[in-house]
Amino acid sequence: MGVTKEQVESSLTSRLKPSHLEVIDTSGGCGASFAIEIVSEQFEGKRLLERHRIVNGALEDEMKQIHALSIKKALTPEQWKLQQESQKI
Amino acid sequence: FRCFSSALTPELKNALDKVVTSNKVVLFMKGTKDFPQCGFSNTVVQILNSLNVPFETINILDNEMLRLGLKEYSNWPTFPQLYIEGEFFGGCDITVEAFKNGQLQELLERAMCS
Repeated sequence: MGVTKEQVESSLTSRLKPSHLEVIDTSGGCGASFAIEIVSEQFEGKRLLERHRIVNGALEDEMKQIHALSIKKALTPEQWKLQQESQKI
Repeated sequence: FRCFSSALTPELKNALDKVVTSNKVVLFMKGTKDFPQCGFSNTVVQILNSLNVPFETINILDNEMLRLGLKEYSNWPTFPQLYIEGEFFGGCDITVEAFKNGQLQELLERAMCS
């Protein structure tokens, strides 16, 4: 039994209060591999390694069953806004 | 109730301390640099190859205690795990990001010259 996308989303939502969250099941349905984009104020002032540790920590229980987790983006709301704007141009 | 049995024995911790400090760049991965057995591990191998730095790889699939112990040692749940100058640098996503923005090259250059 793997982990569902909804489980990953709900753990991240309740612990990190993200203003943007995208969870993609990259396992082809078996629930063993996910890619994540997350924007949260909790990343403020943290280096990338620390941000990823925060995400890993929020998914501590799920990680026992997840084989691969790819954190594509872990941004602060400010960084996210800048990135969104630069993509429009 | 939770059971805290640790895979990271003092002996294993000592051995890991020694491995990561006696090599400037160490990659704990699935497979070896000549035969990576996972896409994420392969990505990091290709990055290090392209930067032309000498590095050691250790196959965590060879030893279950090592695989479990390392997760505790690094406080990191997945593989590959890259160590530079005795310090945990990150997994695949962090390495890719640092490669793209040039931080990895800078850090490795400094490590090679130190």
